[in-house]
Amino acid sequence: MNSVHNAAQAVLEVTGLSVGFAQRGTVLRAVDDISLHIAPGEVLGLVGESGSGKSMTAYSLLGLVEPPGQVSADTFRLCGKEMRAADERAWRQLRGRRIAMIFQDPMMTLNPVLRIDTQMVEAIHAHRRVGRGAALEMAAAALQRVGIADAPARLHAYPHQLSGGMRQRVAIAIALLNAPDLIVADEPTTALDVTIQAQILAEMQALCQASGTALLWITHDLAVVAALADRVCVMYAGRIVEQGPVDQVLAQPAHPYTRGLLDSTPAAAPSQHADNAGATRRLSTIPGLPPALGERPEGCAFRPRCARASAACLQVPALVAVSPGHEVRCFHPLARVSA
Amino acid sequence: MPFFILRRCLQAVNVLVVMSLLVFAGVYAIGSPLDLLVDPQATTEDLARAAAALGLDQPVWVQYGRFLSRALGGDLGDSFIHGSPAIGLILARLPATLELAVVAMLIAVGLGVPLGLWAGLHPDTVGGRTIMAGSIVGFSLPTFWVGLMLIMVFSVQLGWLPAGGRGPTTELFGLPLSVLSVEGWRHLILPATNLALFKLALIIRLTRSGTREALQQDYVRFARAKGLSTGRVVGVHVLKNILIPVVTVVGMEFGSLVAFSVVTESIFAWPGMGKLLLDSITQLDRPVVLAYLLLIVLLYIVINLVVDLVYALLDPRVGRGGSGR
Amino acid sequence: MSAADQAAVMRDHPLRRWIRAYADSRLALAGLGLLVLIVAAAIAAPWLAPQNPYDLMQLDMLDGRLPPGSVSGDGELRYLLGTDAQGRDMLSAILYGLRISVVVGVAATLLALLVGMTLGLVAGYFGGRFDALLMRVVDIQLAFPSILTAMILLALFGQGIDKIIIALVASQWAYYARTTRSVAMVEADKAYIEAARLLGLSTLRIVFRHLLPNCLPPLMVVAALQVAAAIALEATLSFLGLGLPVTEPSLGLLIANGFQYLYSGRYWISLFPGLALLLTLLALNLVADQLRDVLNPRLRKS
Repeated sequence: MNSVHNAAQAVLEVTGLSVGFAQRGTVLRAVDDISLHIAPGEVLGLVGESGSGKSMTAYSLLGLVEPPGQVSADTFRLCGKEMRAADERAWRQLRGRRIAMIFQDPMMTLNPVLRIDTQMVEAIHAHRRVGRGAALEMAAAALQRVGIADAPARLHAYPHQLSGGMRQRVAIAIALLNAPDLIVADEPTTALDVTIQAQILAEMQALCQASGTALLWITHDLAVVAALADRVCVMYAGRIVEQGPVDQVLAQPAHPYTRGLLDSTPAAAPSQHADNAGATRRLSTIPGLPPALGERPEGCAFRPRCARASAACLQVPALVAVSPGHEVRCFHPLARVSA
Repeated sequence: MPFFILRRCLQAVNVLVVMSLLVFAGVYAIGSPLDLLVDPQATTEDLARAAAALGLDQPVWVQYGRFLSRALGGDLGDSFIHGSPAIGLILARLPATLELAVVAMLIAVGLGVPLGLWAGLHPDTVGGRTIMAGSIVGFSLPTFWVGLMLIMVFSVQLGWLPAGGRGPTTELFGLPLSVLSVEGWRHLILPATNLALFKLALIIRLTRSGTREALQQDYVRFARAKGLSTGRVVGVHVLKNILIPVVTVVGMEFGSLVAFSVVTESIFAWPGMGKLLLDSITQLDRPVVLAYLLLIVLLYIVINLVVDLVYALLDPRVGRGGSGR
Repeated sequence: MSAADQAAVMRDHPLRRWIRAYADSRLALAGLGLLVLIVAAAIAAPWLAPQNPYDLMQLDMLDGRLPPGSVSGDGELRYLLGTDAQGRDMLSAILYGLRISVVVGVAATLLALLVGMTLGLVAGYFGGRFDALLMRVVDIQLAFPSILTAMILLALFGQGIDKIIIALVASQWAYYARTTRSVAMVEADKAYIEAARLLGLSTLRIVFRHLLPNCLPPLMVVAALQVAAAIALEATLSFLGLGLPVTEPSLGLLIANGFQYLYSGRYWISLFPGLALLLTLLALNLVADQLRDVLNPRLRKS
């Protein structure tokens, strides 16, 4: 796991990433000073509730934040390229080729008035000079890879003629078309039926493993992360509050928010709840609601919802290591079983 | 698809019959043409003879029946004033009005779509705001007054363009057209601009709001995430989506453009059917008014049909009976 | 409920929220200010106008067609905006014309609103055959350009302020009927209407106390736009000689009167009434535009 910190070979290396929106003299930070690094082939889970800034993080990683949003970072290296001052042209060369993205709602991500083949071929032609026939063959092969039978016929379909699960598979096929180094997946299974969710999850995992593609999987669902990710980052109100290897974080959460999330998730790695072993685990909820952008409290943003909060929490805590690779942003981390 | 067209045609015939009844009833109620047509000193017998000659002595429903059966044969009655077939009078003036309306619509679309697109892509720039402010002013400009002001500036003060009339026309497939000669354009450009102004404002706003809405859609973000150029994202992904409402509105508004050409034609002395309608209304020339209204209804129906078909071509989600689901 | 809670509720009262949202745009505020000024000028026309343009005793034919800024023959009056062919002060004529235009526009809108809203409510709430029939009529009406409907009716009735109001109502009621009906249909299916029914409230009470208030916001937007449309349509019809008689000259007729003098360069007879009309329509459209953004949260800018 320590190889992860080797920046030289990281697919993505960002530190101090912020996305701000200027409003009435102040700057509201949807994403506030976060750092991420993803090694080749690694699966990183980014967990947070809606409004935590996780989607905005995803957009910023592809240079897709629109004005008035403003992105800043101390380091921003993508596939070995310095992206802090990158222009639209530089971004365009990476997008879809080295880094691809899959969105939450497959009903909205495919253009309703363009056929599937048009939308796939243009993604190939954006990066490679191949004939239309060759591009169509590549598109059909990509569809087959994500488990779509009868691919040549599906290529002629319009999005509305496909089911939601099928459309998400098409989106995944498009993301995989140019064999990217990193795929950013923004809750791609949330809008689907549970059974299809599981299928697509498994397929994504297999496909990325086979091609060595790294994956940043954004979700609000710890159960998904438990099944899929190598490491996990927990986001709250624009900041990363805890990060580390997925087994450690789920077994021994150090941040009260992570603990709360776990307790409100049905069957997120239940066997690892040592303290609850044998007893029937009761689901509980975190009191209150996540703060809206612009109403975030000073200091630790989780303070108003936290049972352990004290006067110290009026300051923003720093990320501190509780064990190698496992870091938490809290003045009162939860008691840990092992030292 | 053929079934779709057939069903729409049947609907169209229905509407036409209902409208003919309404229009007939409406126009029938407009004063008695005899008062105007016959010498005030005429005797009762003279009046009765004149009424019989025009068919006005029959009950309303007989008049309607006669009207309908003749109308099916293309005869909408003779003008009380001109004595010649009403439909002929109108058809003779139809090309002038249609040319004016088509050119006006082309101006509105040709300028409106690019301007609206630009304003939608750059909403917070000086240019974007200026275009929007311009479109609000365009909405508020009284068309007839703008016509007068155009004449004042370009004809009276600057002397660049003629103040009225159609000027020489060139025949193309038997249609007299202005657009084929420079002199024709000099006569056409002011009235066409005048007529286009309101629709231009409408299309700018429609395109702008459509663009802004499309830009916020995930499919645009996804298209950008694929690494497509801005030109392709805007020119294909955005434009194809906003063309759907634009085509609908262009179709719906074309009829009203023809109707509102009454105003423009009377200002610029454009020899179209609008001017004829205005005169016929004041002279109670019933058959001409009737023929005009029915022609407008027919125009509406045809346009609606065309719009529906174009719509089905542009938007894969409609009109294809059994979709994949 | 504590005082603070109450204050919070007051702060979140829809009306307050709307006012705050409306005030977001300086352009819209300017439009509202302009509208207030215009309406005030229209109401106060008899006191503001330098002369009564329709008292023939006050007119002097020798003062005819004087350019803006001229002084009258008897040296008593300065014609700021010039005079027309009859020696009438254009400023006075515009103020009186504005009065007529505003009265016609507002009256026609209110009447059309009343008719359309009532029919739309009944159709939307009860549905059935009446609804089907009404919507068929509305469709046909809306497919027909308003100017044609109004022209035919005026040809039928003749000129007059009451007749033009009827013609405007006839060509505009359908917009309100359709808007009301579509909102009423959505609202009628909601739980609170069902609850009111179960409580045994009378149909009248349900329709007017519960259904109607929910239909008002979109109707206000349509009404604001339609006042402008009504004023513009009246001016157009009067310009064509079909609207108001010469004895009640609205802005449209004033502009028409100046048409023939344009060719000889006497621009002011048509120019100034047209500017007054433009400003009126502009103010109304600015207000309507912002109302639409404020009252339709779906379209509100993020």
